[in-house]
Order: sequence, then C-alpha cells, then structure tokens
Amino acid sequence: MTQLADKPTAKELDSSQLIGLLRQMMLIRRFEEKAAEMYAKQRIAGFLHLYNGEEAVAVGAISALNSDDHIFTHYRDHGHALARGIEPRRIMAELFGRETGVSRGKGGSMHLFDVERSFMGGYAIVGGHLPLACGMALANQRLGNGRIVLCIFGDGAVNEGEFHESLNLAAVWKLPVLFLCENNFYGMGTDIRRVSAVIEIYKRAAAYAMPAEQVDGMNVLEMYQAVQRVAQGVRAGNGPAFLEAICFRFRGHSMADPEFYRRKEETERWRELDPITTFHRKLEQDGVIDEPAFQSLQAEIEEIVNEAVQFAAESPEPPPEALYDDVYAQERD
Amino acid sequence: MAEIAFREALRQTMREALLADDRVVMIGEDIGAYGGSYAVTKGLLEEFGPERIMDSPISESVVVGCGIGAAMGGLRPMIELMTINFSLLAFDQIVNNAAKLSYMSGGQISVPMIIRMASGAGSQLAAQHSHSLEGWYAHIPGIKVAVPYSPRDARGLLRTAFSEPNPVIFIEHTALYARKGEVPDGDYTIPFGQAEVLREGSDVTLIGYSGSVHQASQAAELLAESGCHAELLNLRTLRPLDVEAIITSVRKTHRAVVVEDDWKFGGFAGEIAAIIMEGAFDNLDAPVARVCGADVPIPYAKALEQAALPSAQQIADAALELM
Ligand SMILES: Cc1ncc(C[n+]2csc(CCOP(=O)(O)OP(=O)(O)O)c2C)c(N)n1
Ligand SMILES: [Mg+2]
Repeated sequence: MTQLADKPTAKELDSSQLIGLLRQMMLIRRFEEKAAEMYAKQRIAGFLHLYNGEEAVAVGAISALNSDDHIFTHYRDHGHALARGIEPRRIMAELFGRETGVSRGKGGSMHLFDVERSFMGGYAIVGGHLPLACGMALANQRLGNGRIVLCIFGDGAVNEGEFHESLNLAAVWKLPVLFLCENNFYGMGTDIRRVSAVIEIYKRAAAYAMPAEQVDGMNVLEMYQAVQRVAQGVRAGNGPAFLEAICFRFRGHSMADPEFYRRKEETERWRELDPITTFHRKLEQDGVIDEPAFQSLQAEIEEIVNEAVQFAAESPEPPPEALYDDVYAQERD
Repeated sequence: MAEIAFREALRQTMREALLADDRVVMIGEDIGAYGGSYAVTKGLLEEFGPERIMDSPISESVVVGCGIGAAMGGLRPMIELMTINFSLLAFDQIVNNAAKLSYMSGGQISVPMIIRMASGAGSQLAAQHSHSLEGWYAHIPGIKVAVPYSPRDARGLLRTAFSEPNPVIFIEHTALYARKGEVPDGDYTIPFGQAEVLREGSDVTLIGYSGSVHQASQAAELLAESGCHAELLNLRTLRPLDVEAIITSVRKTHRAVVVEDDWKFGGFAGEIAAIIMEGAFDNLDAPVARVCGADVPIPYAKALEQAALPSAQQIADAALELM
C-alpha cells in the first residue's frame, strides 16, 4: 500500500506529469466557476468558499505526496479534494446536498470527506483540525506505516491557540505532519497586517524549533518541489515541518462577500500572476504543450464539470430516514 | 468478588484494556511520571512505558484533538483531562469534532475514544475547580456520557467504554475515588443506558447520578426513619439515558425528586423532570422536585461550600413536601 520510493523532483517530472499538473489546476478553476454559477442559480446553498487563484498550492502540494498520505484541510476544500483525485461528480453532488455526495449530503461544501482516499476532511472551525492532524500523525507513527499527514489551513488560523498547541505537540513528539499555511493575506475581510504581530508566518514555527520555509504558492512547480523535499524529512522521522505558501484568492471570502475591504487593483495585480496562465505559458514555451493539446484539455474538463453538474442534479436527495443515520457509529473493530 | 476503591476499579480496568489491546494509548497531563492527579493511573507508566502512557503538555485542546485524530487513525486512545473544569478548553474539540465526525462524514469516520475527567465540588477548591458540568456534555448528540457512582459502576461502565465505537465522556466525581465497594472481576460489564435501582420503595423516586447518589441514598435512610419508602435510582449514564427505568419507577411511586450537584437553572435535572412529565404525567401525585446546587459559583469557605451543594436533609425535606 505504501509507496516507499520518493516522488520525483520537479525537474524529473516528464511531459505527461507536467500536463497533469496543469490539467488539475484547470479542473479546479472550472469546477469552482461552475459551482459559483450553480450557487447563483440556488442549486447550491450555505457557505461556498471558492479556491480560485490558489490552485497551485493544492495541486503542487498534493501531487508531491503519496496517495495514501492523509490530508486534513479547512472549509475552502474543493481544490484539495479535487487534487487528491476525488471524483468531481461526487464533490458536486455534495455541494448540491445529494445522497451521492462524498459525505452523503450531510457535510456540504465545507465538509468533504473521502476516507478511502485518505482525505480526512474539510473543517470549518478555524484552527480546529490541526489537533486532529497531530493525532493521525501519532497513529501513523505508532503503526509505523510510513504515511505522513498534510495539514492545510489559512493565515487566519495562526492566531488560534490550537495552532500553537498543535505545533508544540507535533514538535515534542516528532510527529510526521507537514503543516501547510495558505497565506492569502486575508481572513475574511481582515488584512493579516492588522491582526498578526508577525506577518511572515513561517517564522512562527521557529518558536517550536520546527524547520519552516516560505514558498511561492502561485507557482505549481515550486509548491511541488518544496513539498516533495520537505515530505522526505517528515517521512524519515525527522519530525514535523512547516511551509507557508504565499497566494491570493481571486474571489471573495465566500459567495456572500462584496469585498469592501480591499481594492480591485490589488486583486488585478495578483491575477497577473495567475498560476494557471503562467504555468500554461511556461509549458508552451518549453514545448510541452501546444495549442491543440491545450484546447482538447479544456474541452475534456468542460465535459467533466458539466457531467458533474448533471450527475448532482439527477442524484436523489438523502431520504428523510437518513436524518438519524450515523449520529453514532455502530461497530468498533 | 473483591472490595476495592473506585479509583482502583478504574485502574485495574485500564490495565486490562492496555494488556488486551496494544492500540490502547493514554494521553494526559501528569498521568505518567506524576501518577495522575487523582492517582488513577499510578504505576501504568512503569508497566507500559511512555509510548502507551503519554504525559502531555498542558494543552487540553490539542490533547483531545490528538486523541480524536489518533482514534481516526486506528489507535484506541483514552484521554485524561484532569478535571471537567479544564475540559472547557477542549470543548470545541469535543463538540465540533468528536461529536460530529461520524455524521458530517456520512458515516465514514468513527471516533472510538474515551475522555475521562474528574468532576464535582466538596473539597474547598473554590469556584474554578468545582464544576459539575456533565449535563452540558449530555446535551450533545454524537457523544456518550457515563457517570459512575460505585466502584462496580466504574468497572462495568469503563469496560463498556472500551468497547464503544463512539466518543465517551467518562465522569468521575472526586468524592468517590476513595470509596470502596464490591466489584465483580472477569468479564463484568454494564451496558450504557441501564439505570440501577439501588433501593426499592413505593412512596417517592429519588433520582441521582455520580456523586449525588450518595446524598440521595442518605436521604432515603432519613426518609425511612419517617416511614417514607423511597426508591433510589442511579442513572449510570446520562446519554443514553434510561428513560424507561425513570418512567417505570415514577409510575409506581407517583412522586420524584431529582438530585444534581450542578446548577438547577437550565440543567439536566430539568430535562429529567420534563421526561417524567412527558412519560408519566397522569401518574404524578405532585410536581417533580429538583434539589440542585445553589445558583452561585462554588465558594471556598467550608460552610458556604456545603450550603451550595445538595444535602441529604434537603433531599429528604423535598421528598416529604411532595407527600
Ligand atoms: C473559530 C472560528 N472563528 C471564526 C470563524 C469564522 N470564519 C470563517 S472563515 C474565517 C477566516 C479564516 O481565514 P483564513 O484562515 O485566512 O482562511 P481563508 O478563508 O483565507 O482561506 C473566519 C473568521 C470560524 N469559522 N471559526
Ligand atoms: Mg486567509
């Protein structure tokens, strides 16, 4: 089950792997655009937090892991779930609140779970899942199964007590967990500079003697490379590590956000660094992908996303009897 | 059958669980080298080593969350939170994670873990160390709440907790730790959701759990002296709650006094009163009475503290008023 061979370095990735990275980012972007459309049509309700602009973080990081490494993430979780390879149709169905959704319609956008794919969930209490990642890492350490835990959270989480408790515990117990902070500079409408004494977040890990780096989260290869390298040390038993991915969300915090707190120009500047266009351009220049190949990629993704919507729309809602299912687990092994 | 202390019954049961299943690990503040703040885990570190008996930092939230994650990952953790007062720092983990994961994940995840904590007042520890908040935990679907009274309960319920696929909040009233009682050994278990009739009677039902069963049982003695035959119910778990046992008893006695150390306002005793009203309204000869802690933070001074807690006399008086 465990793949012991290390992942290739970014330099060693072949053309199809590089195109794979581009494809995943494009899929996330298109999926999110479609989700926004479905939200506007009131097919999706509740809170909907889109990942547009941050695709390189999820795709770079998760591609650099083994497929059975565990992932814990926050409520902005569609990108991570897609990057882990969960079927878009089952994610869309969850957004639609359908029985066929990954969490059987009980979780919604913020709580995607796919335990079979070691995707241990999206969590909506800021900072609340960091302790869980530590526990899963403890179990991995005890079972000696060679799996590590990727724990993803935002810049907003680093001022929660649980952030500090978790980093400390992971460090003293040398837990195999890789903390990945998506620093998009805002927690809802609050600019990090207004609420964080230290805004270079990776520096905080020094308080727990934890190796930490800042990475360009708009660059999928840099993300991939950083995680590939750092994961080796975590897997080898050197203890936890910390990465801060510098990124930006192109849209509001959630669909309800009119973005009064920041200027359009700021978003425009970041859009020039769009992780998908820049990577596409690079692959073109390097002769990895040509225009026809790119267009067929686009068409393929369009079809996947449309099919996902159709699947979700045609799926049944959870039956009323499901209301009381799974409050408690029935069996213990 | 041996006569042992409540604390010893817990320790023996834990030891057996550690021996039976090497996925069982214990995590908590001062459970190892110190031996446990109430000496419940004494000797376990020496026997099982630091990989099984893990002294943690003073970080309740990550300790509980780590237990949840470890349970998800295949271990069978038992967390000791020292006392219920400190569990408030882990309340988010218990309420938002432990209690929700099975449901939110559509049944993909289960959280087989035990969270032990000491509870109750009576040792002049003042307001911040004297809470009885078991009713708060009982309020939450997704977790189970065990409230043992006797050493026998301690063993039987803890053994059941070790076979549970769900998070169990295991409450230990500090006044009970040293109390001795007969405890069956071997495979003895007490299923969750089964109250115990500690004393049969026909005139009034006294309902208590955890430490308050002690005062209620003294009250039953006092009542017997005045010719009133009280039935005494020890709830043993608050969630699941043995509603049937409560209703059956009240149908017989037509009167009930609910006893609880916790505050009366918005508390669990009110829930029991409502359940009786829903299930045995026509059988009641008097309104359900509640004898609970005074509506104040628990004071330090001895006489004041005692005045803030339910006493046997108060319970007996409340029962006689229903006659
Ligand atoms: C404990 C807690 N407090 C407040 C909130 C409300 N809230 C939801 S998301 C959010 C901002 C979090 O920002 P960040 O961690 O930077 O993640 P981002 O949304 O930028 O990806 C807040 C305050 C919450 N969900 N949980
Ligand atoms: Mg942010």
